[in-house]
Amino acid sequence: MLKNNTVQTIRDKALWMRRRAFTMVHDAQLGHPGGDFSAIDIIATLYFGVMHYDPTKPGLENRDRFIMSKGHATGALYTALCAAGYYPEEWLDTYMQPNSKLNGHPNRTYLPGVETNTGPLGHGMPVALGIAIAAQISGQDHRTFVLTGDGELQEGSNWEAAMTAGHRKLETLTLIVDRNRLQQGMGTEDTNGLDPLDEKFRAFGWEAVMVDGHDIGALLDVLAPARIGKGRPLCVIANTVKGKGVSFMENKASWHHGVPNAEQYRIALEELV
Amino acid sequence: MAAPAPQQEGFHDCRDAWARTLEDLAARDPRIVAVVNDSVGSSKLGGFQKTFPERLVNVGIAEQNMVGVGAGLANGGKIPFVSAASCFLSGRALEQIKADIAYARFNVKLVGQSSGVAYGELGPTHHSIEDFAWLRPLDAITVIAPADAWETEQAVRWAAAHDGPVYIRLSRMPVPDLTVKDRVFRPGKAEMVLAGSDLTLIACGTTVHLAAQAAATLRAEGISVRLLNMATLNPLDEEALAAAASQTGAIVTVEEAHIRGGLGGAVAEFTAGHHPVPVERLGFPGFVVTGSVNFLFEHYGITPHGIIAAARRALARKQ
Repeated sequence: MLKNNTVQTIRDKALWMRRRAFTMVHDAQLGHPGGDFSAIDIIATLYFGVMHYDPTKPGLENRDRFIMSKGHATGALYTALCAAGYYPEEWLDTYMQPNSKLNGHPNRTYLPGVETNTGPLGHGMPVALGIAIAAQISGQDHRTFVLTGDGELQEGSNWEAAMTAGHRKLETLTLIVDRNRLQQGMGTEDTNGLDPLDEKFRAFGWEAVMVDGHDIGALLDVLAPARIGKGRPLCVIANTVKGKGVSFMENKASWHHGVPNAEQYRIALEELV
Repeated sequence: MAAPAPQQEGFHDCRDAWARTLEDLAARDPRIVAVVNDSVGSSKLGGFQKTFPERLVNVGIAEQNMVGVGAGLANGGKIPFVSAASCFLSGRALEQIKADIAYARFNVKLVGQSSGVAYGELGPTHHSIEDFAWLRPLDAITVIAPADAWETEQAVRWAAAHDGPVYIRLSRMPVPDLTVKDRVFRPGKAEMVLAGSDLTLIACGTTVHLAAQAAATLRAEGISVRLLNMATLNPLDEEALAAAASQTGAIVTVEEAHIRGGLGGAVAEFTAGHHPVPVERLGFPGFVVTGSVNFLFEHYGITPHGIIAAARRALARKQ
């Protein structure tokens, strides 16, 4: 019953995030809505069902950390941090406007709740690794979550970090791969194939699980349990749909950084209920 | 590995001062950690590793990871000193330095070891003469090239206490201690080693003592030479540069770095915009030929003799 309530809460938050993010993209006529929508259920699950944090104390020492390595999906991140209480909703109206705190890629010096600056791909994993090592050195038990795109895993820096995390048995580190199988231009497997992704991470000393990235209950089941004592970092390969939730966007690479016209915006908000 | 330069009386390898200082700081502050890319030995961190094994993070030969880990450690409340050969630190991990350290303003100290052409015969892949040009535009990063062991210790101590990213550029070439009265380390400020009014020599790092030798010869000829140790390249001491340009009217820069984009570039940028005066730049013009570090300094005129010749050119242009 408790879990059912949590699932419903997360669904409600995710729906609000999709509608709000799409409005931001529509108003700015800029953004990356396809990748926002594949990641939103994952991020909503983390912020509203898994992570421990206090939005009034963004620097809290033992807070759980979330690193948005796919920094272009700001529609997903900015709406999540807003819904989590880090800043008022009016800030979202300034998305990518001149001098806005809401840049096209997140900046931790602009916005509370942003843990590091991302944008160039392959940067989140090493930083998340460093956070987890700091916790290991200090004996802190907080968790560090990092979300990467799947195409992003073509960057070698991820594998440098994956090797170190496995070597150091960093059990408090959890990677979630937004496995929507599309990168900017075309499919990941047609570009520089990643499969079998779970086996790759296992070979690097990780526990690897596959999950439906839009099934909130399934995401909670793999992400919520504590990791202390597991002895290995966790990789959750979340199978997702780019553009999830809007019929004309789903699985369309063109919506990587496509933006809606007035009619598409109207249809999308009708579908997002 | 390049053969070590012959140890001269009174000369010191600044890495010893760096390692000694870091160990001392770490004993006082548990937040201090070291991050390396299999570079414990070349960073002289064997002692640190022995005393603080859990605070030495060796990510192996993986510089992008190393710098990103530094940012993460800072997020986790540590004060990381990321130490590696400066060619790999500044080159291989440049985007991490830009995005994760400078743009994100994490409190990370980058320590470039064996910079310049210290690796001599190993060649341009292992030289780091481009690092000034790459890092100087990254506003948030204080760039310091200490001239001797004393200044190295001061820079490391200052970096540990300073809340912000710092790049400290060290060499493995032994250098003598500068003789400056009542010395105080002031980051962002040029150190007036010699006062003078005819010409200003501006050097940093391993070249300051060479410029001091050149200055002594020129002064014996009656030329009033000013010598500035410009240890901090970013932020640049514009006040000292403006004074040098307006009061002496000619400048020679000397650095163990590329003549474009480093100390000479910085001085030329400033003087062109504010006080146009003749500026002669000494450094390396590009990828260098094969040879020992001493040969390379000779070959490219980064010697007291070469500095004197450049000073004469600058004085001639002034008239």
